[in-house]
Amino acid sequence: MLSPTILIPAILNGLLIGAIYALVALGLTLIYGVLHIINFAHGALLSAALFAAFFAFRLLGLDPYVAVVLLAPLFFALGYGLQRFIIGPASHGDERNMLLVTLGIAVIIENTLLYVFRADTRTIDVPYAFQTIDIGSTFLAVSRVVGFVAAFAVALALWLVMTFTDTGRAIRAVAKEKLGAELAGINVAHVYAVTFGLGTACVAIAACLLIPSYYVNPTVGDAFVLVAFTIVVLGGMGSVPGALVGALLIGVAESLSGLFLGESLGQIGIFLIFIVVLLVRPSGLFGARA
Amino acid sequence: MKALIPTAAVLAVLAAVPLVVHSNVTLNFLVVALMIALAGQGWNILGGYGGQYSFGHAAFFGTGAYVTAILQMRYGINAWVGFAAGIAAGAVLGAVLGALTFRSGLRGSYFALVTLAFAEVLRIIASVAPITGAGVGTLIKLDLGIRNLQFQSRAAFYWIILALVGVSLVTAQLIERSRFGIWLIAVRENEDAAKALGVNVNGVKLAAMVMSAAITAAAGCFYAQYFLFVDSGIAYGTWISIQALLTPIIGGVGTVFGPLLGALVVKSLGEAAKLLTGDAPGLDLIIYGAVLVLVIWFTPRGLIGGLTQARKLLMRRSGPAAPSAGEARHG
Amino acid sequence: MAEPLLAVERVTCRFGGLLAVNEASLTASEGHITALIGPNGAGKTTLFSIISGFIKASGGAVRYAGEDITGEPPHRLARRGIARTFQIVQPFVGLSVRENILVGAHLHHRTRSAALAVADQIGHDVGLGEFLNRPADTLTVAGRKRLELARALATGPKVLLLDEVLAGLNPSEVRDIVPVIRDLCRRGITILMIEHVMQAVMSLAEHVFVLAEGRIIAQGPPAQVVADPVVVEAYLGRGAAAKLGTSYGR
Repeated sequence: MLSPTILIPAILNGLLIGAIYALVALGLTLIYGVLHIINFAHGALLSAALFAAFFAFRLLGLDPYVAVVLLAPLFFALGYGLQRFIIGPASHGDERNMLLVTLGIAVIIENTLLYVFRADTRTIDVPYAFQTIDIGSTFLAVSRVVGFVAAFAVALALWLVMTFTDTGRAIRAVAKEKLGAELAGINVAHVYAVTFGLGTACVAIAACLLIPSYYVNPTVGDAFVLVAFTIVVLGGMGSVPGALVGALLIGVAESLSGLFLGESLGQIGIFLIFIVVLLVRPSGLFGARA
Repeated sequence: MKALIPTAAVLAVLAAVPLVVHSNVTLNFLVVALMIALAGQGWNILGGYGGQYSFGHAAFFGTGAYVTAILQMRYGINAWVGFAAGIAAGAVLGAVLGALTFRSGLRGSYFALVTLAFAEVLRIIASVAPITGAGVGTLIKLDLGIRNLQFQSRAAFYWIILALVGVSLVTAQLIERSRFGIWLIAVRENEDAAKALGVNVNGVKLAAMVMSAAITAAAGCFYAQYFLFVDSGIAYGTWISIQALLTPIIGGVGTVFGPLLGALVVKSLGEAAKLLTGDAPGLDLIIYGAVLVLVIWFTPRGLIGGLTQARKLLMRRSGPAAPSAGEARHG
Repeated sequence: MAEPLLAVERVTCRFGGLLAVNEASLTASEGHITALIGPNGAGKTTLFSIISGFIKASGGAVRYAGEDITGEPPHRLARRGIARTFQIVQPFVGLSVRENILVGAHLHHRTRSAALAVADQIGHDVGLGEFLNRPADTLTVAGRKRLELARALATGPKVLLLDEVLAGLNPSEVRDIVPVIRDLCRRGITILMIEHVMQAVMSLAEHVFVLAEGRIIAQGPPAQVVADPVVVEAYLGRGAAAKLGTSYGR
């Protein structure tokens, strides 16, 4: 039962799906790190991005890997606008209100998708959908490998932006000391919106990487985002390396528990990890906050 | 006691409704609205007065519903006893959850997340465990009679849920005027300051959580008796959690009548949307989401807060409070 | 001299590598006003937070009325009669001034009517009588400081820890509130205060402790302490006392 020919592919596939989780979680943890709220609209935005990638393929004939060039900026703008013109003004600077407003937006987005597209599940058919790479005894789906590499490229790009650009410095300043940053002339509302935009762009990229080997329906994002919550909590809310490592861990854990326990119990495993981490070590494995 | 007069008046008016309205559709609408109001009042005790925003009150609703149904169907226990046991089970779950989360110091986003996760875990367990009927759910056998808490007439159910809502209103009112209530509000406003003034913050939160859970569980128990069917997707579903917080927030968070008003408004809007567009899925929920955002945006204290403010403005304009304007000019 | 009501014994507090309080000891004797002064960042507020149970000390003990109260949570200490105010005022902004005070008054008065009577009386005592029905967030800084004081008083404390209640007030506001504090002491409340307004310290306190870099470096009557070269150096930097003693500038 524990033969390496079963275990190794399960672990590798877990790592690959973990990388996509990482992208979703990255957006979430980025927003948490700066705005100090959980964005409950994250899953709905992922569903919306999957639909966007789906229709870019169906209507415009754009390959998802090409569409990402279009969708990432588009979703950046969407996220920016949501935070700047709705979440920010609507919540009057109160953390609890922000949670509720993102929840309200999630309900609106998800049900608009449901209203327009109905509950049908759709898939796209790309030529490389079933191509695999053969490494030793294991076959890996090409689309998943591309996703893995791209996820790390995005994480690296994000790190470069945060470390070396003025915008990145402004974001870090606001995350650390909002009032001080404001006094230093940083436009906090703008920085919040940029952060939200970046987080939403991550979701769009994840959607483009996901759609070749996955499906879309109005509530598909929920499943991902609950996993992403777990990852963010596990890695420490606001920690980018934590999100990466947490995502890979969860990907592997899910893959293995699916192998041994079946799918629904595997899901419980993730939630139990989530609850235990929250209760025992809410700062996560890598969290700096006590 | 004088303070209870408005509550008594509201309840009296509502109690008279079935004497005038005989349409089953209307009564059904009101019964569901009152059930949501009850679930929302539960949320309101913890979230509205205590500031702890739970995103997983379905955990209590579902537990109430399942305990009521399972005790009757699997153990042959009387429906009334099952109902009471469902409430008690909700309270116990609230105590356990509260003890775990508050001891770990979870608040804000963390509290929202952990409550959400608990509800999801219960949903998944209920969808696979044999005792809950797994994916099929649990049916309560139709057997009309007061002994079984099953009635032919909607009016009977209406009065039962109204009585429960009445108890929850009085509870909220008593809390508002008690030492516990002001401590709970102090915890909401500022935990550290409350501690310094001798408030046992975790104890107060835990007590609020237990009451909150019991009330929302009662709504779940009622659900089981009214629909005679419980399944995991509904009872423990996210949608129950969302409605439980939606109604008090829209009606007026941390107010006695907020959940009731919110539930009536929200449900009416949903029905109106359905009338306008037929049975298209999602539209009523889009409206709920939009109303939630708009209320937080423009009247953060909910509709009741908005009404109070409007009344103040009107009174200021119409004379008696004029000196205050004069004062401002002098200053 | 009788045993002090409150005694801090060699308390140490470490945050990671930072030694915020280093074996600090001080006492507050019953019915007197004791002041704790020191430069910014000396660890005064940390020490207050340890005494009032908000922070756990890494070492040492706090004794109150002869009992060891180290590590007791704040609400129990408040019940025992130790109340504190916060340097950064923390009103319950959603409540009226009266309700703010009521929160404290309920500690020893279960019924609404009894607690309200206490709250109103204390509100008047600290000069907030005409503001009782106002929302707390409409108060001025001086008003908020008074509210902070009133709430703490409403818990019926035996010891009152005042963390810079005068900071941010203008001289006339300071003049108004100093007698209020003196009056509390006259009523038998033991006061331990952190204060930067030296004029107030000089006129109020009978005994002063000086904390610098986490250590108690001097203590005594106020006049004696401010003249102590060690204290002057702690505030103005090494060699300052010598410079002040000889000549100023080059």
